[in-house]
Amino acid sequence: MSAVVEVRGLRKIYPLDGNEVIALAGIDVALAPGEFVAVMGPSGSGKSTFMQIVGLLDSPSAGTYRFEGNDVSTLHGDERADIRSRRLGFVFQSYNLLSRTSALENVELPMVYAGVPESRRRQIAVEKMELVGVAHLQKHNPNQMSGGQQQRVAIARSLVNDPGLILADEPTGALDTKSSADVMQILQRLNREQGITIMLVTHEPEVAAYARRVVTFRDGRIVSDAQNVDRAA
Amino acid sequence: MTLAATLRLALQALVRNKIRSLLTMLGIVIGVAAVIVTVAIGAGARASVQNSINSLGSNLIVVQPGSVTQSGARSGFGGASTLTPDDGLAIAKLPGVASVSPQVTIRTQVVAGENNWQTTVTGVAPTYTFIRSWPLAAGRFFGESDLAGSAKVAVLGATVVQQLFPDGQSPVGATIMVKGAPFTVIGTLAPLGQSGMGQDQDDTVIVPYTSAMERLTGLTTVNALLVSAANSSEIDAVQQSLTALLEQRHRITPSQPDDFQVRNLQSIAQAASQTGAVMEFLLAGVAAVSLIVGGIGIMNIMMVSVTERTREIGLRMAVGAHAKTILSQFLTESIALSTIGGLAGVCIGALATILVASIAHWPTTIPAQWVVASVLFASMVGIFFGYYPAQKASRLNPIDALRFE
Ligand SMILES: Nc1ncnc2c1ncn2[C@@H]1O[C@H](COP(=O)(O)OP(=O)(O)OP(=O)(O)O)[C@@H](O)[C@H]1O
Ligand SMILES: [Mg+2]
Repeated sequence: MSAVVEVRGLRKIYPLDGNEVIALAGIDVALAPGEFVAVMGPSGSGKSTFMQIVGLLDSPSAGTYRFEGNDVSTLHGDERADIRSRRLGFVFQSYNLLSRTSALENVELPMVYAGVPESRRRQIAVEKMELVGVAHLQKHNPNQMSGGQQQRVAIARSLVNDPGLILADEPTGALDTKSSADVMQILQRLNREQGITIMLVTHEPEVAAYARRVVTFRDGRIVSDAQNVDRAA
Repeated sequence: MTLAATLRLALQALVRNKIRSLLTMLGIVIGVAAVIVTVAIGAGARASVQNSINSLGSNLIVVQPGSVTQSGARSGFGGASTLTPDDGLAIAKLPGVASVSPQVTIRTQVVAGENNWQTTVTGVAPTYTFIRSWPLAAGRFFGESDLAGSAKVAVLGATVVQQLFPDGQSPVGATIMVKGAPFTVIGTLAPLGQSGMGQDQDDTVIVPYTSAMERLTGLTTVNALLVSAANSSEIDAVQQSLTALLEQRHRITPSQPDDFQVRNLQSIAQAASQTGAVMEFLLAGVAAVSLIVGGIGIMNIMMVSVTERTREIGLRMAVGAHAKTILSQFLTESIALSTIGGLAGVCIGALATILVASIAHWPTTIPAQWVVASVLFASMVGIFFGYYPAQKASRLNPIDALRFE
């Protein structure tokens, strides 16, 4: 089975005030199906940049990126949007739920753009909300939910199109310890029980401990890539 | 995405911001309502002018004195006093002419017992009631013998009856004083109402033109000759032949201007309706400007909305929305705003029109094509002013949009 993500010589250079910022200085890494990877590293080391390129929200300056076996490094806007819609799920630090919109409608949103018929949409959305334990919050607007609840709704949203990969950039960054643990347990369960490939960025070792593999960035390069011994055991 | 789905998204977004959506629409609502009201009043006025002109008798040709040149200075129309009853008699012999009546008018005070009233005394021939198709209410109209004898007889219009005989008694047989001369009332006319120019046509006393000339004006010329063509297809021919006849009778050489002017009511009606149409277009233009101002309001709010919803747009793109889908969502929002505003404007305009009609008693009609046109125009304003903000939204980069705080 081919890798979910396979990048070779990935570079990203941002132009900034006439200078160049080298955010990624050559990344080689592969993610096999069913992996649970934590990306760590100091601030400014290129973690978010990497996640954005892997998430097809941005394109690399150089290098190749194969997603589920296909070269996607040179795809254009709408083609990338289609892959995001069908194969990728996103979880953000700041949840990014639509305000004044019920949790249920928020969860349905990706299916609207994927063209899923309305009756199926509702059914799938409720199913995924049950999976992450927020089915009782269907009618709540984001401002009527706690951060942990909002993040779980956001996880439900990332699941609705049955993605091959979920990308989470500091999903617990805005949460307290208890909510962080809840969210991480959910992600771990999704990975173990549903076999969903997950890659997340975190600064917290306790959070990274849930993953089975930890990749560490520094100055736009991977400086360590290790299996999580204490968990894998 | 289907059209229905896009429309749903747009409406959801608008409902989420009810107050703002309403305020944004307001410019369009007012603009369209203004268009509907002005056009309804304009069209109503035009229709009533047309009606009353038609009621004058569409075969009517009016000959009035023209301008004269005295020592090089030209007077305006009516300055010449050249038309005589004999001109009328000559015109009556032309082919295609059904009947002719000279018309002499003077404004003066008339008195009946203790009541008096300032009105227009009109001197005409017995053919007048036929030419104007004006029926009698009571009594009789004067005949040829009254004309020949310059009889002091009068037929009263409905307004004059009201003013001089307020107690409801029939004035027939009574005597009224016109410029000191006693006239016997022999009949009254059925009410005609306002003329197309807004004059009260019933505010008049009608007497034989011979009596008017001898006893009231003391002139040998008349103010107008009313000519009725036998049928409407002959109006132009009659107009030409009577012009030729009058030029000959008044010894006007080809190099001189005519000392009379000939108009038929159809051309007057046309002129009136053209004036009305010009007014209507001016008013509609003013209203269109307010629609455009409303459109700028929409653009303004849509720009704010795009900036405010940058994160939302980024998220929608991240979860799979195409740029085109974002464009059509925002464009649909502004079109929905302007179209709903347009429809609301039509409703409010129609209500205001009904109000004007019932309070001011103005005639109004709401032309269907203006309703359709103003709603379409409102929608187009939405497209035009919504396009730029929508395009701006669709060109956002999803990462920048998601990072936006
Ligand atoms: N749009 C941009 N324009 C210019 N430079 C950028 C841009 N985005 C990121 N950078 C730079 O690229 C480098 C990597 O940034 P990135 O956001 O990937 O870091 P990070 O590892 O996610 O850091 P953090 O842990 O603080 O989130 C940084 O030096 C940053 O300043
Ligand atoms: Mg980051």
